Amino acid sequence: MKVRLVDIAHARSGDKGDTANVGVIALRREWYDLIARELTERRVADHFRGVISGDVQRYELPNLSALNFLLHGALDGGGTLSLKTDAQGKVFSTALLRMVLDVPDAEASSLGLPSA
Amino acid sequence: MKQVVRVAAGQGFWGDWLEAPRRQVEGGPVDYLMLDYLAEVTMSILQKQKERDPRMGYARDFIGAMESVLPAVVERGVRVIANAGGVNPVACAEAIRALAAERGAGGKVRIGVVTGDDLLPRLDALIAAGHPLANMETGEPLSTVRERVLSANAYIGSTPIVEALGRGAQVVITGRSTDTALTMAPLRYEFGWAPDDWDRLAAGIIAGHIIECGAQCSGGNCLIDWKNIPDLANVGYPIVNGNPDGTFEISKHPGTGGRISVPSVTEQLVYEMGDPHAYITPDVVADFTSIKLEQSGPDRVRVFGIRGAPSTDKLKVSIAYRAGFKAVGTLVYSWPDALEKAHSADRVLRERLDRLGLRFDKVMTEFVGASATHGPLAGQVPADLPEVQLRFGVRGEDRAAVERFTREIAPLVLNGPPSVTGFAGGRPKVEEIVAYWPALIDKTQVQTAVEVIA
Repeated sequence: MKVRLVDIAHARSGDKGDTANVGVIALRREWYDLIARELTERRVADHFRGVISGDVQRYELPNLSALNFLLHGALDGGGTLSLKTDAQGKVFSTALLRMVLDVPDAEASSLGLPSA
Repeated sequence: MKQVVRVAAGQGFWGDWLEAPRRQVEGGPVDYLMLDYLAEVTMSILQKQKERDPRMGYARDFIGAMESVLPAVVERGVRVIANAGGVNPVACAEAIRALAAERGAGGKVRIGVVTGDDLLPRLDALIAAGHPLANMETGEPLSTVRERVLSANAYIGSTPIVEALGRGAQVVITGRSTDTALTMAPLRYEFGWAPDDWDRLAAGIIAGHIIECGAQCSGGNCLIDWKNIPDLANVGYPIVNGNPDGTFEISKHPGTGGRISVPSVTEQLVYEMGDPHAYITPDVVADFTSIKLEQSGPDRVRVFGIRGAPSTDKLKVSIAYRAGFKAVGTLVYSWPDALEKAHSADRVLRERLDRLGLRFDKVMTEFVGASATHGPLAGQVPADLPEVQLRFGVRGEDRAAVERFTREIAPLVLNGPPSVTGFAGGRPKVEEIVAYWPALIDKTQVQTAVEVIA
């Protein structure tokens, strides 16, 4: 089943130099494991291909049902150098939430995931 | 010892809501008002102001904020901690002293001033003594941009603020203190936490992180369930209710809008996060993976379980340097074919800049309404958009080239693609870029000082 990340998680993003960080938080604690399994560094790097120039680092915060991603080379130099509307990476959060996950039907229904 | 100390956040950055400080001291009981004014490049803006006038160089908004909370400070003993001093904390303190005198409170307000973070006068000596101040991102030594440096400030921690409070300061003014120290210091002072009580210091730092962006933890910029967050017009800024054991609750004044929930606090916790295992501050290394949250009442979240590790032997240094010029121009194209028209104008503009022989380090076009924020992730753009804003920016070392670019936008209104408007703002402004250079320095090289005046 197709599941939109925006239906199972919320997020906030910010900047540190030319790096945007995106914290992704499961809307329900029991959805965290699925999100942690699906949102690998590689998957997120693929998602942002052509948008960021550097690599992606991931950190886990199971205590907050959250993952933290660092997207390097995301902000055209960052801060005051950047010519981008989103020079401070404020809406990389919602850009990540555009992801759509493929979840086995049985798992999706046992977790009560909303379908896309 | 008090069993609960209440630290209220009144400003999350320079430019935040002017009403917030007064609302925080009048909306209910608080012990401390914490005002955070400094972002990464704010120091350089203040340094430019100080060069023009040696009495300037601090966050001027702080004077208005102090004016609005002065009765609470004088009559009710609310204490204020602010990094409003920027690159001139002494002048800032003098301005507050003058304000108090003007309002009939002359001599009644003890002001603590923290100095020692400003490394600009010592920069050449430090480099000569073998401190390269290498850029933490690129590894380049500071000597490569030394001539262009505008400001250099070490991020300092809670210790001098604790000292100022101990010496009776009712208002503590710092320069480049860390945002989080402004909240941790009063907790450390009131509860007598030892400088190596890592878990509690880390708890104070995390309390600071939660409230340092003001309403961003109490319903502002909150994505989860945003449509149902009540009464943002009347949003309540957050308050840390700290306990001696390092646990604390986040709350806001009764009758205010916004929302404090586990998800709203979590959104703020992940904001600008790096490695959550090691949130490095001058005082302690805090571990965000140890944080536990629970909803302890309506608009009340309890935070506990926090662990910390010993601080490092370095301080981060915030350096600002001149890095060329930029300008951004915009035009709005309307239906029909709004996006196509904007693309056409982009091509025309690029060809003209090319024919003029103008060279830039970077030229960037965005199509606001179609792809400016999410780029290709936005997917297929609807064919009949009502309007699209063309947003065209250039950046380079040559001021004259950037200046010449700014004169190429307006002509497009009459000599480019049709149905264009939204140019009333006039020619784009050339902006000097002041860029950020993060570096590290040995802690032993930075000595802070505290002075208390009245």
